[in-house]
Amino acid sequence: MIPRGVGGRHFADRAVRVIMIPAALSGIAILAWILWEVISRGASAIDWAFLTRLPSPPGVEGGGLGNAIVGTLLMTVLATAIGAPLGLLAGVFLAEFGPRSRIATAVRFTSNLLMGTPSIIIGVFVYALIVLRTGHFSGWAGAVALAILILPVVLRTTEDMLNLVPDELRESGLALGAPRWRVTLWIIFRAAKTGLVTGVLLAVARVSGETAPLLFTSLNSFYWPETLGEPTANLTVTIFNYAMSPYADWQQKAWGASFLITVSVLIVAVLARFSFQKRSRQS
Amino acid sequence: MPETSGQHRADITFKLITAFCALAVIVLMGGIFIELLRNSLPSIRTFGLGFLTSDAWNPGASEFGALSSMYGTLVSTGIAMLIAVPLGLIIAIYLVEVAHPAVSRVVGGAVELLAAIPSIIYGMWGLFVFAGVMQDHVQPALGETLGFLPLFQGPPMGIGMLTAGIVLAIMVLPFITAVTRDVLLMVPPVLKESAHGVGSTMWESVRSVSLRYGRRGIIGAVFLGFGRALGETMAVTFVIGNSHRISASLFAAGNTIASSLANEFNEASEPLYLSSLVQLALVLFAITLVFQSVAHVWFGKLQQMETGQR
Repeated sequence: MIPRGVGGRHFADRAVRVIMIPAALSGIAILAWILWEVISRGASAIDWAFLTRLPSPPGVEGGGLGNAIVGTLLMTVLATAIGAPLGLLAGVFLAEFGPRSRIATAVRFTSNLLMGTPSIIIGVFVYALIVLRTGHFSGWAGAVALAILILPVVLRTTEDMLNLVPDELRESGLALGAPRWRVTLWIIFRAAKTGLVTGVLLAVARVSGETAPLLFTSLNSFYWPETLGEPTANLTVTIFNYAMSPYADWQQKAWGASFLITVSVLIVAVLARFSFQKRSRQS
Repeated sequence: MPETSGQHRADITFKLITAFCALAVIVLMGGIFIELLRNSLPSIRTFGLGFLTSDAWNPGASEFGALSSMYGTLVSTGIAMLIAVPLGLIIAIYLVEVAHPAVSRVVGGAVELLAAIPSIIYGMWGLFVFAGVMQDHVQPALGETLGFLPLFQGPPMGIGMLTAGIVLAIMVLPFITAVTRDVLLMVPPVLKESAHGVGSTMWESVRSVSLRYGRRGIIGAVFLGFGRALGETMAVTFVIGNSHRISASLFAAGNTIASSLANEFNEASEPLYLSSLVQLALVLFAITLVFQSVAHVWFGKLQQMETGQR
């Protein structure tokens, strides 16, 4: 290091400290700004009709996004029902059956890559896999696309959480003569319960705001989702379509939908964080 | 060991089921590659390697090239990293080295919440709020001060490459901050204490000890952040303006691979048009795969080195 005067050194230190505070504040400021815009523009759009009615035709005021709310809920639940068990079991394999094996290493690596794959690529993939083959857009395709996004997230957290369970617990279970699958599902899962739930919650929070994978799979619809075998209305694609439309009323609705999505995603994220903190304080 | 064969069989079945689920990940990844490749074959056959170097995008004449989308993807991501990496580093250093624990928790929590907000919300905010600020204040100011550079010439439209880059920067900021913070937290306290012990200021200790100790981890974080920003779709699609023309000015509208897919995929009625879009997706998939693999191999090496040292 080039020797400098004490004054210069302290000046550099002071200067860095002065830059830091606005930098850190900018993080909070941007969050506050975005939240403020979403709340101030979105909350006023929400009323009973917004939550329960079907959309009105373009240019006609009124109506709601009840169908999109139901559609998003349906597809998210279905995606979780497909993706979460797959991820949990795959996580069991990595943590319990030879975590150092070559297969486990390959799966872990691929899962990381899958997690980093842009969600729009998953959309194109499911389009080619399901929509092209069946000949039409469907809620099923949308749910499958979301499930593919859930899988690696749940897999990763499951492995991490199961690794935290002390080996003594496994050994005592096995020593009592319980078969491996029972020990895993009844003892280890119970010990790691909060962590596993947190992982699933985080994954659900992540996909419930996803748009790109739904654009070419579930598409959107102006009707109630009666079956998932047809294009299914959902909030995020509706935001995209309405925001790009020239109608003020639709843009207003897009803000309302943004408000709903943001609030629910943040609630789930905070819940997940909170439950996990509680857990780590206990242990 | 008293073990009935029924129990044993149940255990083997259980193991097979979990192995099957784990292998599903690899099958999926292979499936994505095969499906994308299969559906881009018509485009690959028609355009060959020229697809990657042609800047034509003319659905009417069935001419397609990936150059403008690849250019836009790299430029918008580059702008995002130029802003987010230094800012994320500074915030992480502040959180770890300077801030009171309570402040650190609040700022850290805010940054994490920023990461949880879906990308389409950034798109809404970018289009309806931030683009206006760019048009009225930022772009005119840049035009006046740095307007001699071709980068900052042209009419201030609000949307465009620069706006997309900044919105992307806000989106990757939480990620870069979080990973850098974790890296800085891993620096052994003894090292930092020794730096302070010989009279270093906070900045000197951070620069010569923490950053040097953690530089490999931080480089890995930058790679991962880059890989993520490359494929970010909705936030960019809202504000980039969707034009397939390559322009020197950052104020001009552009497009990225992801934004072209989001905008045009459902409109592509021609088989060749659709196939070209799928090939765009394949290109994006390949680029992100390279970035992610490099980052993960890099991190893996790091871990090995660390365990080796101990």
